[in-house]
Amino acid sequence: MIIIGEKISVIAKKVREAMNARDPKPIQELAEAQWKAGAHFIDVNIGPAEEKGEDLMKWMVESIQKTVKAPLCLDTTNSSALEAGLKAHNNTWGRALINSTSNDPERFVILELAAKHNAQVIALTVGKGGLPADAEERCGIAAEIMARAAEYGVPLEDIFLDPLILQVCTTQDQAMHSIKAVKMFQELNDPPMKTVVGLSNISNGVPKNMRGLIDRVYLTLLMYEGLTAAIMNPLDKELMDTLKTTDVFLGKTLYAHSYLET
Amino acid sequence: MAYVVPKESYNGKVLGVSFGKDSQTLNFGGENTLPFLSFEGEIPAKPVIAFEIQDIPPDDWPETLKAQYAAVSSDPVKWAMHCQNELKAQAIALRLIGTHPDRENRSAQDAAKTVKDVLAAINVPLIILGSNNVEKDASVLVAAAEAASGHNCIIGKAQEGNYKTIVAAALAHNHKLIAMSELDINLAKQLNILITQMGFNKENLITDPMCSALGYGLEYTYSVMERIRLAALMQNDATMQPPIAGDVGMYVWKIKEVSALEAEVPLWGKLEERGVAWEAVTASAMLIAGTNLLIMRHPKAIETVQKVIGELI
Repeated sequence: MIIIGEKISVIAKKVREAMNARDPKPIQELAEAQWKAGAHFIDVNIGPAEEKGEDLMKWMVESIQKTVKAPLCLDTTNSSALEAGLKAHNNTWGRALINSTSNDPERFVILELAAKHNAQVIALTVGKGGLPADAEERCGIAAEIMARAAEYGVPLEDIFLDPLILQVCTTQDQAMHSIKAVKMFQELNDPPMKTVVGLSNISNGVPKNMRGLIDRVYLTLLMYEGLTAAIMNPLDKELMDTLKTTDVFLGKTLYAHSYLET
Repeated sequence: MAYVVPKESYNGKVLGVSFGKDSQTLNFGGENTLPFLSFEGEIPAKPVIAFEIQDIPPDDWPETLKAQYAAVSSDPVKWAMHCQNELKAQAIALRLIGTHPDRENRSAQDAAKTVKDVLAAINVPLIILGSNNVEKDASVLVAAAEAASGHNCIIGKAQEGNYKTIVAAALAHNHKLIAMSELDINLAKQLNILITQMGFNKENLITDPMCSALGYGLEYTYSVMERIRLAALMQNDATMQPPIAGDVGMYVWKIKEVSALEAEVPLWGKLEERGVAWEAVTASAMLIAGTNLLIMRHPKAIETVQKVIGELI
């Protein structure tokens, strides 16, 4: 499973303050902690970044890759900030991932940037109007995005389809629709399409002490259906232990008594 | 449409190990593809074959094998020099079998002296093996590691029951280490984890998943080795990336096929050829399963396997 560390986000007060003050230390520490805990990508969520977005993303990419030898997942709705980040990204440890495009024409520019900068891209299976009702509708949207990607010259193996995880506390039936979509997405191409989720969405709105449990069980179900990647918190040890254990059951990790320690 | 050779690509890489001193240093491992598939990746070093010698005369070896070393095997120093100078051995594996309580129960001090004497006489790299007695090896290999300090040897074998003291000795005297488990893939991984958790660098480690002779469980060894390689390369499992050792000779030269007389089993062919072939075939299978370091006995079998390696790489 590919782990995309979610902790560097404008939503977190500490990160926001460091971004505003251009203080690299707290951001580098968070990046390094996630990387050491097993993250393959570090998500860099600067939000809409309407002011000086380009400068901010470039600074974030350079600051993080100074300490962490990993590719980044660039997360912003500001396309010129995104492009500045892609230009600054060091591909030595892997290509950048963009978070995200969708079937909304306003987001097609993301595909253009992915092609131009040889980046991988997350595609949310939502369109302009409303949320998808079920797995079939998500697949329909996925197929449209795939056709669009071909137009823009983005290879299908560079796309991670995201079924959009909704919170279980208000839309309980969507939990299974998203899992089913992960399974169905893979059948849209040979070799199978890659899939990704923003895991913690499932437990949004749930009492805090239950969020970990809900995330863990949901991740297991998604992995069973072949999930390729998750945007998640690698510093959550119980979540990581669940992931490693599921990988043992799925035969992706060789069992040893100390498998949790590696 | 032109035919395109299908190629696998692998996430992981086998670790490279070097042992010995100065210009005589030998490397093995380091490949990022399955054995001999050099069109898919890099194979920077050929497998290494070490000639096995022992600290006491090999009374339990079959006659055809014993005869190869009859003039030298009463003295490990002479034996080592014979292998290096006459047989052009790349490396020598000194097995301290005489320390086994059921053999001559030689002391750790005696073993250490043998190690020193052998090292003084040769310049090819040395592998130092205990008698596979878990308790005795813990003291013998510690003394041997100290006696060989500075020679960058491979010592072994560390097992579940004695690894702590042997790992500490290898650490203290900068030797490479063979970790052995008994045909148990999960234990092989566990032992590697435990050893590295003691601060031992995984790049100095060699995995011995236990060998077996053709007809005597070779397919189990083969499967375990193959699974180790796949974990290392396809799953990028860092704990399974040390190179693999195959201690072939000791398993082959104790089975009935290498000692049954022609008069008793005329259909089995010539006794001497039979033994050589048995060791060479077993060793070749180990190579194809992923072995990087072979420990063998019969000069003709070694010559044959060297030829196989030369033709495949």
